[in-house]
Amino acid sequence: MTIEARERRQPWILLSPALTAVVLLLVVPLLFIVVYSFWLRSAAGADTPGFHLDNWQKVLSDRFYRDILLNTLKIAAITTAVCAVMGYPAAYFIARSKGNKLILLVLLMLPFWISYIIRTMSWINILGISGALNSLLLTLGIISEPIQMLYNEVTVILGLVHFLLPFMVLNIYVSLEGIDTNLEDAANSLGATRWQSFLQVTLPLSLPGLAAGGLLCFVLGAGTYITPVILGGPRDAMFANLVFEAIIRQLNWPLGSALSLALLAVLGALVLIYNRYLGMAQLAKGLG
Amino acid sequence: MSAVTLTDIVKRFGDFTAVHRMSLEIPQGSFVTLLGPSGCGKTTTLRMIAGLLDPSEGDISIGGKRVNDVPIHRRNLGLVFQNYALFPHRTVADNVAFGLRYRNVGKDEIQRRVAAALDLVQLPDLGGRYPKELSGGQQQRVALARAIVIEPDVLLLDEPLSALDANLREDMRVELKKIQQRIGVTTVFVTHDQTEALAMSDRIIVMSKGRVEQTGAPEEVYNTPASEFVATFLGASNILSATCTGIDGDIVALDLPDLPPLSVPRDRAPRIGGAGPARLVIRAEKLDVLPDDAAPDDRYAVAGSVETVDYQGQSARYFLRVGRHSLQAINMIDTHPLPIGASVSVRFRARDCAALPSEPRT
Repeated sequence: MTIEARERRQPWILLSPALTAVVLLLVVPLLFIVVYSFWLRSAAGADTPGFHLDNWQKVLSDRFYRDILLNTLKIAAITTAVCAVMGYPAAYFIARSKGNKLILLVLLMLPFWISYIIRTMSWINILGISGALNSLLLTLGIISEPIQMLYNEVTVILGLVHFLLPFMVLNIYVSLEGIDTNLEDAANSLGATRWQSFLQVTLPLSLPGLAAGGLLCFVLGAGTYITPVILGGPRDAMFANLVFEAIIRQLNWPLGSALSLALLAVLGALVLIYNRYLGMAQLAKGLG
Repeated sequence: MSAVTLTDIVKRFGDFTAVHRMSLEIPQGSFVTLLGPSGCGKTTTLRMIAGLLDPSEGDISIGGKRVNDVPIHRRNLGLVFQNYALFPHRTVADNVAFGLRYRNVGKDEIQRRVAAALDLVQLPDLGGRYPKELSGGQQQRVALARAIVIEPDVLLLDEPLSALDANLREDMRVELKKIQQRIGVTTVFVTHDQTEALAMSDRIIVMSKGRVEQTGAPEEVYNTPASEFVATFLGASNILSATCTGIDGDIVALDLPDLPPLSVPRDRAPRIGGAGPARLVIRAEKLDVLPDDAAPDDRYAVAGSVETVDYQGQSARYFLRVGRHSLQAINMIDTHPLPIGASVSVRFRARDCAALPSEPRT
């Protein structure tokens, strides 16, 4: 075999274990889901194979699903915006700090060592009826009765921000690290104040990182299922909760399949738009 | 009038003193070079003039005005970096126009001045390109245009040629000097490259370990080094230990171990105070290596032999043994260098040497 032919084959050999896993564990089950979404659930509980558009018709025409989808996208969008506003200064601080960068990055990653569910539930101890904040306010005499702060849209967003902020910070940090600090010095020397050179030079050059962080936060936020269950009220269900409801509670796999594919399509379209304008390379940078 | 004045500048980073007490006057319109090896404090000094670093002590004045508390964006300086530091998300024309946008310059005027600046650096047609579409040399020209278009009071150049490859560097060196002379801007140039310093400067400030070793015109620094450091950092020098036996009018008499005594003109030994230990500095290119049967002339001559030859095309560098001294000589050659092992007569003139007081070894 020529060296060239061997070099052409090598990437595929190296990729094959991962590729096998992805095909068997992701692509094949996804195809099952696609097939399932065209089946029907009979009253008796047994699913009827076939090619029926009933589930899809229901998903696409029922206002109930549409409203929850819009609400899900809204919560994801607010979460992403909050993460961006909170995350940018933090990322900037880490990128520009000298010496202790590694410690700051480890601190940023530290929450990942604790289960996401535990982290989410910790808010109950803080905001619950007998939680830390209510106890404090009662002790200080600011309130006389505990306030119900949990189980609404705000706490869902709070939980999501708590979960997603590190992803945003990391992505912005990576793009800020890639910017030559001489650029800001050059802009300053030409007459721009620090704030002006930030707006004119650093911010535009870090937008790819901001966009990558935004995409991650939005996709993970829109697909979340745990946070509204733990921190949301009955009216705060998100789209993933509908899938759970259909599949686990109602045992309606065909409907659940159609619902999950609908969410996949919406988020997939978003990823495609992102890829069209910014490319996936930036995302890979932020994850590494 | 001095365009830039440093008065008793000190810069410390924690326990480390990067620049020891330093004073400096840079005349209006002159080209002054801070020359020294890395870590000598030259870039730190430049960054203090730029306002990117605050001096720990001392005053910095630009155009007669103290600027210690003036932030960089109000100092009106042109800054050029080794890595060009062009804004990658903006076109060449936008890069050059950047500084003008903060100076209340009208749109048409901006366009006119950007075009003039790009003309000056000989890139008239590249305004619409992005920096990454240009070669390194072109990028550095854009950086220069961006720095001078604002008509800065002082142009600060931080190793601007070091990232370019050898041939381009020499071209840019000539061109940079030409542009500087045409617009007459006071320029502070930082480099570790002695050739650049000698070729471009009106004045060279040789620095080592945060201290100024010597300040002077290029020929002065080259011909009459003030210290062993300067002698070895600029060009190849032979340094021999000697003893000054006395000063007689315009003549400084030196005894050399193993070699005949030598008299150096007073102006080549300005720092010798009187009899005592001294150093004799002979530039490698001032040593003439002749076959040992060459006719004697009026020059100082000693017999030696060739140990190693470093052939360089139009010239050769000889490593010679003369008694117990190792000397090096750089000579122009016609065809072949002298062979290794050849017995030679090594000749030089006393007025091409320089004498220094012996420095205490630290």
